[in-house]
Amino acid sequence: MVNLIWLIMLLCGILVAAANGTIDQVTESALNAAELGIEVAIQLMGVMALWLGIMHIAEKAGLIQSLSKFCAPAVRRLFPSLKADSPAFGPIIMNLCANILGLGNAATPFGLKAMQELQKENTEPDTASPAMITFLALNTSCITIIPATIIAVRMKAGSANPVEIIGTTIFATGCAMTAAIIADSFFRRRKKR
Amino acid sequence: MSFVTEIARWAIPFILFFVPLYGYLHKVPVYETFVEGAENGFKTAVRIIPFLIGMLVSIKVFTESGALELIINFLRPAFMALGFDPSLLNIVPLALMRPLSGSGALGVATQLITQYGPDSFIGRLASTLQGSTDTTFFVLAVYFGSVGIKKYRYALKVGLLADAVGLIASIWIVTKVFG
Repeated sequence: MVNLIWLIMLLCGILVAAANGTIDQVTESALNAAELGIEVAIQLMGVMALWLGIMHIAEKAGLIQSLSKFCAPAVRRLFPSLKADSPAFGPIIMNLCANILGLGNAATPFGLKAMQELQKENTEPDTASPAMITFLALNTSCITIIPATIIAVRMKAGSANPVEIIGTTIFATGCAMTAAIIADSFFRRRKKR
Repeated sequence: MSFVTEIARWAIPFILFFVPLYGYLHKVPVYETFVEGAENGFKTAVRIIPFLIGMLVSIKVFTESGALELIINFLRPAFMALGFDPSLLNIVPLALMRPLSGSGALGVATQLITQYGPDSFIGRLASTLQGSTDTTFFVLAVYFGSVGIKKYRYALKVGLLADAVGLIASIWIVTKVFG
C-alpha cells in the first residue's frame, strides 16, 4: 500500500513536471528533500536521545512500574477479554504512556512486546484477537500530552511559541481516542452476535 | 487555553527535575542510565533517516512539480460547495499521508511548517495533526506482522475511523483557538 502510494507520487510528480516544462525542478526537489531529511533527523537525534535517556532512568527507578499500577484499573476495563493478572498489561501501559508523552518511536518496542504477550493468549494464531484490535485502536489514536517531535520541528522553523499547539493536540487526540474506543467496542459486540 | 500553555511550559522542566532526582534516591546510577537510554534514542533517530529521506523525496517531487496543485484544484469546487475555507486544502497531503506512514507524515508536516511558517494557520494545523504519533497502517503492518497475524478483522476500520475523527477535531479546534 505504502509502496504504491510512494511510487504514484514520484511518477506523477515527474510526469507533471515534464508536462509543465519544469523538469529541472524535479532534480532540485529531490536533492533538497534528501538534505531536509538529514536536517530533520539530526534535530530528532537530540530530542530522542534526551527523552529516551530520561525514560530509561524512570524505568530503572521503578517509576514506570508504579505508573503501570496506577493506570491498571482504567486500562483493564478496556480489555475485558484479558485476565486481571495478564502479563500483557505491563507493556501495554508502557506503550500507551510513551504515546501520551509523544515518544512515538519509543512506544514501538513496548508495542511489539505487548503484541507478543497478547499472541500467547490468542486462541486463533493467524487472526487478530479482540484485545489486539483494542490495543491497536488505542495505539493509533492515543491522546498526546507532549508532542515532543513536532515541538522540535517548530523550534527549528523559528516559531514564536513552539508549545502553543499542545492544547489543540490534546483536544484532537482526545476526540480520536474516544472515537476509537467507541468504534472498537461497537464492532466487537456486533461480531459476537 | 493559557492554563494549558502554562502546563506545557512547566511540564518538561518538571520531568527533567523529578525523574533524575527520583532515580538517584532509588540508587539508580542516573548518568550512566541516561546515556544508555540516550544511545537507544539516537539509534532510533538514525534508523528512521532512510524512511524520512525516501518519503521526503517522493513528496517534494510530487508537490513542487505542481501535481498536488492539480489535485487540489480538482477538489476545490467540491470544497467550496461544502462551505469550507479553501486554505484548508493545503493540509490535504498531510491528511492523506498521516494514516500511511509516521515518518512520511512527519516529512509532510515539516515541509508545511517550513513553507507556511510555524505560526501560520496551516503551520499550526499541521502541528496539531502530527501531534498523535503512531500511524494506522504502520502499526498494523509492523505489530501484526511481528507475531504473524494475517487476518486483521475490523482493526483497519477502527483505526481509519479514529484518524478521520482526529482530522475533523483538529480542524475544528485550530480554527476555534487560533482563528
